[in-house]
Amino acid sequence: MPDDGTIEPLIRLRGIGKRFGAVRALDAVDLDIAPGERLGIVGHNGAGKSTLMQVLAGTLTADAGSIAIAGAVPRGYDVRRAHALGIGCVFQELSLCPNLRVFETVRILHHGLRGFGWPRRARRLIGAALDAIFPGHAIGTDATIGALPIGQRQMVEIARIFTETDRALRLVILDEPTSSLGARAAEQLLDFIRQAAARGIACLFVSHRLQEVLSHTDRVVVMRDGQVVADAPAAGLTRARLVAHMGMTGGETARGEMAQAASARPLRVDLALPGGALRAHAGEVIGLAGLDGHGQRDALLRIFAGQHGRAAYVSGDRPREGVFPLWSVARNLTVGLLGRLAHAGFLRPAEERALADAWRSRIGIRTPDVAQPILSLSGGNQQKVLIARAVAGTADILLLDDPMRGVDVGTKRDLFAAVRAEAAEGRCVLLYTTETAELEHCDRTYVFYRGAITAEIARETLSEERVLRASFADAG
Amino acid sequence: MNSARRWLDTNPWIWSLCGAIAVWGLTIASVGGRGAGATLSTALGFATFYVVVGIGQMLVISAGPGNIDLSIPSVMTLAGYLAMGVMQAQDARLALGCAVALGVGLAAGVANLVLIRGLKIPPMIATLAAGFIMQSMTIAYSRGSTAKPAPLLLAASLARVGSVPVIALIFLAVAALVALGLARSVFGRSVLAIGQNPRAAYLAGIRIGRTMALVYILSALLAALAGLLLAAYSGGASLNMSEDFLLMSIAVVVLGGTSIAGGQASVAGVWTASLLLYLIVTMLNVFGVGAGLRYILTGLIIIGVLAVAKGRPTA
Amino acid sequence: MPAEPGAGRAETLRALLPALALAAMLALIVYLQPRAMSYNGMRLLLNFSLPLIFAALAQLCVIAASDIDLGLGAFIGLVNSLSALLLATRPLLGALAMLACVLAYAGMGAFIAVRRLPSIVVTLGASFVWLGLALLVLPTPGGSAPEWLAALVRLKPPLLPLPVVFAIALAAFGHWFFMRSSYGVVLRGIGGAPQAVARAGWSLLAGRAALYGLAGVFGCLAGLLLTGLNTTGDANFGAPYTLLSIAAVIVGGGEFTGGIVAPVGAVLGAFIMLLTGSLLSFMDVSTDWQLSVQGAILIVVLGTRALQRQAAA
Repeated sequence: MPDDGTIEPLIRLRGIGKRFGAVRALDAVDLDIAPGERLGIVGHNGAGKSTLMQVLAGTLTADAGSIAIAGAVPRGYDVRRAHALGIGCVFQELSLCPNLRVFETVRILHHGLRGFGWPRRARRLIGAALDAIFPGHAIGTDATIGALPIGQRQMVEIARIFTETDRALRLVILDEPTSSLGARAAEQLLDFIRQAAARGIACLFVSHRLQEVLSHTDRVVVMRDGQVVADAPAAGLTRARLVAHMGMTGGETARGEMAQAASARPLRVDLALPGGALRAHAGEVIGLAGLDGHGQRDALLRIFAGQHGRAAYVSGDRPREGVFPLWSVARNLTVGLLGRLAHAGFLRPAEERALADAWRSRIGIRTPDVAQPILSLSGGNQQKVLIARAVAGTADILLLDDPMRGVDVGTKRDLFAAVRAEAAEGRCVLLYTTETAELEHCDRTYVFYRGAITAEIARETLSEERVLRASFADAG
Repeated sequence: MNSARRWLDTNPWIWSLCGAIAVWGLTIASVGGRGAGATLSTALGFATFYVVVGIGQMLVISAGPGNIDLSIPSVMTLAGYLAMGVMQAQDARLALGCAVALGVGLAAGVANLVLIRGLKIPPMIATLAAGFIMQSMTIAYSRGSTAKPAPLLLAASLARVGSVPVIALIFLAVAALVALGLARSVFGRSVLAIGQNPRAAYLAGIRIGRTMALVYILSALLAALAGLLLAAYSGGASLNMSEDFLLMSIAVVVLGGTSIAGGQASVAGVWTASLLLYLIVTMLNVFGVGAGLRYILTGLIIIGVLAVAKGRPTA
Repeated sequence: MPAEPGAGRAETLRALLPALALAAMLALIVYLQPRAMSYNGMRLLLNFSLPLIFAALAQLCVIAASDIDLGLGAFIGLVNSLSALLLATRPLLGALAMLACVLAYAGMGAFIAVRRLPSIVVTLGASFVWLGLALLVLPTPGGSAPEWLAALVRLKPPLLPLPVVFAIALAAFGHWFFMRSSYGVVLRGIGGAPQAVARAGWSLLAGRAALYGLAGVFGCLAGLLLTGLNTTGDANFGAPYTLLSIAAVIVGGGEFTGGIVAPVGAVLGAFIMLLTGSLLSFMDVSTDWQLSVQGAILIVVLGTRALQRQAAA
């Protein structure tokens, strides 16, 4: 704990505990945040990061422990207290109302923004914040949120937190803020946070992108199993040390082994797009890169729609696009194979179970019984079930849409191994990811910009710089 | 203890069964123990009509939030009227009449589908609007038409094996088949998957269009069948014969423990809830309570059940 | 990527559409029946829209929360019965009954919010409660309207007939409250993304209770005007208002989900739905088919909207 005694901490958490049923999400967490400090929090899924942030933001109440803010212990701490004390939070899932206009969302955040002329004040606030954080953003303050692409929505959400009305902002909590932002906007945001910190606004920053955390924070806290297991200045840390603290071994970038002449094998995907065709052969792992929302997902969905029955789709957005929450692990797995399992339209329970059991051991799904509800699994294990659902079928083409979103490093490694194994057996894999590191698993990578392909990069020549350059095709 | 709890959670129909038994007991006790069998036998007959439409509504509701069939009462009346009109109370025209009723069901189902899937109109309003169109067709048709069933159909709708109505037996079997289908068939799994998460269902390769088509057509077909049987059972079609069936079709689904959020259905619950609701009507009649109080009680029971029903786990 | 420039135009078109449709209908009516153009003609034509414009706004309050009220018609019938029975003879008791009705509606909203229930089933169940209560207090049609209420609906303000005056006032209020006032934004936000609003520290319970309470107020006013127009009470008088109010909101540019509503459009939509009856009778079509036409209008409006969206995508 960097308790140098000269500055009173802005936030002082002592012994914070939170349980969800039998799960201990937070276990006696102590944490100090100094004014103007940029603090990174890392840890894998279920480590308690999100719970901790929600406690700080006032959307969850801790079962145990105390929160002191600027030396005082606020009574009945909740969202409105947090807001009044100058604490704002951007949550991982977007929390804007799609039916409202940009300036109206500011009103939702600020309870005091009312009375005559409030729309004018709201427009000014959000416009100024957007200009300050994302220069050149091109977002109108009267635009309807639902009509904005996801990246711009994220910008509005972030800018909204930085608007100030009746109180000065003291702490901003950002949960994976850059996940939906393009590289340029992410850079702008990280710069702005540095400036804000200089003005005394502390920032708590949660991200799976370790490099981003290391280079843009002053201090990093590592969480594991609901506890703080490491707390050190960012300057002295490396990616490998962070990963070690998080409870995993480093080095996830072992490259795939197959390097046969792919073009000799049958062509599985041939999708005409502006700027060129997206082609993929059996046995290939193809990457789709570029800024988020530039047509990669549309391309995957088009391939899926055009290849009904021959393509399987795995989305990283588990709650919305993957999991059937009322069902067991087994039913979640077999739902992708109904056609193959059916005998005259009916399924046989024993057959279903045997199949689910086989995949549980093959892909390492951590559950005592495949009859357990899917929601009893951790996020990473749920993702394994979804991958198993896709690969257990006979689909020739696997479409992976940012499948590692919010998945911890260890599970990620397992899953990439499974994907490479499938490709080695002659399947064709298309992987869309916003993390350049994941592209190292791909034989070839197509970079997208505004719905068009701007580059095709072979693995041997892949570099972050090349991907970035193609992602901003019109910038030079 | 814990496993008992889980069993109750997965078999929510047990509550409405308990309720039905309690109401039955209370009714019988209040008249000094007479007519227990007869009450039950009548209840089985009447409850069957709720069951027929309830199963259709259950399939629709299980297909997820927003899915509901509000055209059921209109389909019933239109099918009942047209079938009776075609039959002209002659056994020779019985088959034709039945075919017309089922044809109405099929047409109504397809019409709903065109509105919902083709024109992308929310199911609630599509079925409501289609229902209104059918209702005014019935009104226009009903002017000056006789509406009596063929004698054979009348006899069949009233037939009993021992003291159990034949239609009740038939639809017990149908219900068992539907229950099995929901748990084990590709169609059943598809409905429940779509009901839980339509986007995930699409991406998992489930044939959404085909499944939803079957769901809405089945619902309309069952409603038409119920209209045909009810018209026969009550000796003829009338404009207000299906008045209560909109609420009842939804009530038996909700009371029976089917999740209103979709993805979870209880066929047994449709039966037990139908019995419960009909027995409540009997009980209130025995107590000499007027229609007003009966409506209030029915409404409060539905709301009450929703209030105590277990919420859905969030993903 | 910048937002589609077409999106704004589509929105404007959607706002204009109900106005154009109403104008076209009026033109057709005047063509068929030139006398309808006069002050008295308009009054006769539109007088029975008084309850409907209030019912439409009541329904709009509920739809703003992404909910739907299938019990509104029965509720209006209950208010009609209660007011016909009580207001003329025992005004104080009558007023208390009205207050209880509004509170019951607010309570229903709170209940839906607390238990996170689908409004469609709750309001449908409630519709039986309203109908039952109405039958309980007024088993057969009867009662009478208090003198002031009967006089109110007979008022002849200068220049514009009463229904038009009411409609303008109501549209103005609705537009201000939902689209301009600061709490209106929060209420629409609840319809758009309730979690987002809750995370900003707003009470969803209070929001839904407010919306349903307001719906109760408008529903009550609709029932009272119905009493004034009919000078009698009947538990079943309110029944048509469920469909008509939903149709008015939708035809006026509202959406079933997502908290998208247009108060001005809803008032115009109310006129459109009401005028279908007059139009049919001027065209010598049996009123048996009025339900069909109203259903068809809904289908056409929603269908076109969906096709438009498809074309835009």
